Amino acid sequence: MESKQPNRRRFLKGSAALVGLAAVGSASAQTPAAAPAPAAFIKGSEEQIAYGQRSRFETSVRTSHGGRKSPDAFGLVMHVATPLQDSVGVITPSALHYVATTRGAFIPDIDPKEHRLMIHGMVDRPLTFTMEDLKRLPSVTRLHFVECAANRPSATAKTIQDSHGMTSCAEWTGVLLSTLLKEAGVQSGSSWIVAEGSEEVKGASSIPMEKAMNDCIVAYGMNGEAVRPQQGYPLRLLVPGFEGIFNVKWLRRIKAVDQYYMTYNDFGHLRQEPENAALGYQIGPKSVITFPCVGKQLPGKGFYEISGLAWSGGGAIRRVEVSTNGGRSWTDAEIRGTAQRMAHTRFSLTWNWDGTETALLSRCTDEMGKIQPTRAQVAEFFKVPLVPTYRAPGQDNTIQTWKIASDGSVHNAYS
Amino acid sequence: MRILRLISLVLLLGSSALAQSKYGVGSTPGKEEIRAWDISISPTGAELPPGRGTSKEGARVYVTKGCAACHGATAKGGPAPTLLKAEAKPNGTPWDLGRVLPIRSPYATTVWDYINRAMPLNREGTLTPDEVYALTAYLLNINGVIPEDAVMDAQSLPKVRMPNREAWAPLPDWKPGMPRFAGYPY
Ligand code: HEC
Repeated sequence: MESKQPNRRRFLKGSAALVGLAAVGSASAQTPAAAPAPAAFIKGSEEQIAYGQRSRFETSVRTSHGGRKSPDAFGLVMHVATPLQDSVGVITPSALHYVATTRGAFIPDIDPKEHRLMIHGMVDRPLTFTMEDLKRLPSVTRLHFVECAANRPSATAKTIQDSHGMTSCAEWTGVLLSTLLKEAGVQSGSSWIVAEGSEEVKGASSIPMEKAMNDCIVAYGMNGEAVRPQQGYPLRLLVPGFEGIFNVKWLRRIKAVDQYYMTYNDFGHLRQEPENAALGYQIGPKSVITFPCVGKQLPGKGFYEISGLAWSGGGAIRRVEVSTNGGRSWTDAEIRGTAQRMAHTRFSLTWNWDGTETALLSRCTDEMGKIQPTRAQVAEFFKVPLVPTYRAPGQDNTIQTWKIASDGSVHNAYS
Repeated sequence: MRILRLISLVLLLGSSALAQSKYGVGSTPGKEEIRAWDISISPTGAELPPGRGTSKEGARVYVTKGCAACHGATAKGGPAPTLLKAEAKPNGTPWDLGRVLPIRSPYATTVWDYINRAMPLNREGTLTPDEVYALTAYLLNINGVIPEDAVMDAQSLPKVRMPNREAWAPLPDWKPGMPRFAGYPY
């Protein structure tokens, strides 16, 4: 493309040549190199000015997850994974935040002026809030991850997006659910809430009242703007550290009740074994190295920054260790920024690769002192043989190993 | 006089602490509005509306309301999930029968609740309570849970004995700071 400022460029080149002459003080025949300048410019458009887009060179996208295409033949959206292989920092851009719905849902197109949140059931004062009402109330802004139960290391994962892409982290703004429940006056004996969305299946989950009063957020803001439709616009529930399905989107109703309601979501969450039920509830300490990860190619031996994400449903990440020799020894990684509770935490470690085959692992410890296990440790705890198809019970928080081949290619060690 | 005033002040403070919210934001929904919004059906069936239906009636509704088009004429083989249980294993558990709502849910109320709130896909909320009772009866009957002539209504539905009533692991009694699973170091 033609430079938009040919005169200025020519002038700059000319003056660079003059400076070169003056500095060297001789009439060298060599043409001095021009300072690098963009070869093209993004054409200014109303849209680009009004709402910016990323560069056309950035092609990282979400993909359907778990073998069911989204949207499916009905137009339902089920599981869509975030491209963790390209993630930087701790915030997932809203447009790349993973998506999951109650067994497939259409994304509702809700006019916020029409939207209402009703709080009723075992309360002294049933209340209905408009979006305007909610924005009048004291707000909180917190970083929180959300993770889907489908997120687990596996032999078939060809990308980190397949194995770990069903977690994301955003900055959420809204009203504490406890503020709303106190406004309504929860009656004694109410031990659960049922939270319900407005999508066509009206996905609803039973949540312990202890959790509802503790740290849940009724969020209207996400990463500095309104929550995106795929994330529950105009209002969603955040149940920090609990498995993804509890984080009800398009939130329209909260009913205070005295028993587990066995909603359709609850039914889908039933497990036969107590360990599966318990470990599929609050998420354990978990981490993964996002660079280098499966599918990447190291150009050669030498210096690299190993970088990854750690998170836990049990609170803040206290420590992350990295092994660059297949788990034989561990080094404390540096935690970048401040570790927030129930939020992705970026860690890094400098590494000089000697060019030989090796394996990279990370493991984290949370504020409860719980440590991310290996698959072998989990199998040993439950006294079952560690076969390649072994599935850790509940939400799988086991360590992921990436193999580095001597040619610099990176592989999933479980494949 | 002073004492009286003091007493009324105390009463006033006391009652306002009980009966008033801190911010006074939001409005009070009417009883009818709450009833219309409240589609949650608990295992006790407390919220179930009046109405009734049998499997025979349900089989008809299953066709006329288009369920068959998506879930298949025999409740399997359609583009939407099967509504029919898998074959039982000898000495098996209810879990072998598949992740199928009208067989795996511990309570028949979940089946009623889900059909009422979510089906038929794209035309949710168009079924009458009688139709939902009939469809629930039909799905329970073809899965061998209730006999063909059983009448499902607000009284009988919560009493249906689902095969998985006891075979599921309850969730932990969550408290802040509580370990995920007793004795589990991870
Ligand atoms: C347009 C297609 C379509 C129609 C019509 C339809 N369904 Fe469904 N149904 C689905 C899909 C798809 C699902 C899976 C849930 C989802 O993705 O929303 C489902 C799920 C269900 C389930 C839960 C299955 C489970 O085990 O999780 C039941 C029960 C059900 N439908 C009953 C009915 C009944 C009864 C009717 C008729 C009144 C009906 N459906 C009409 C598409 C349809």
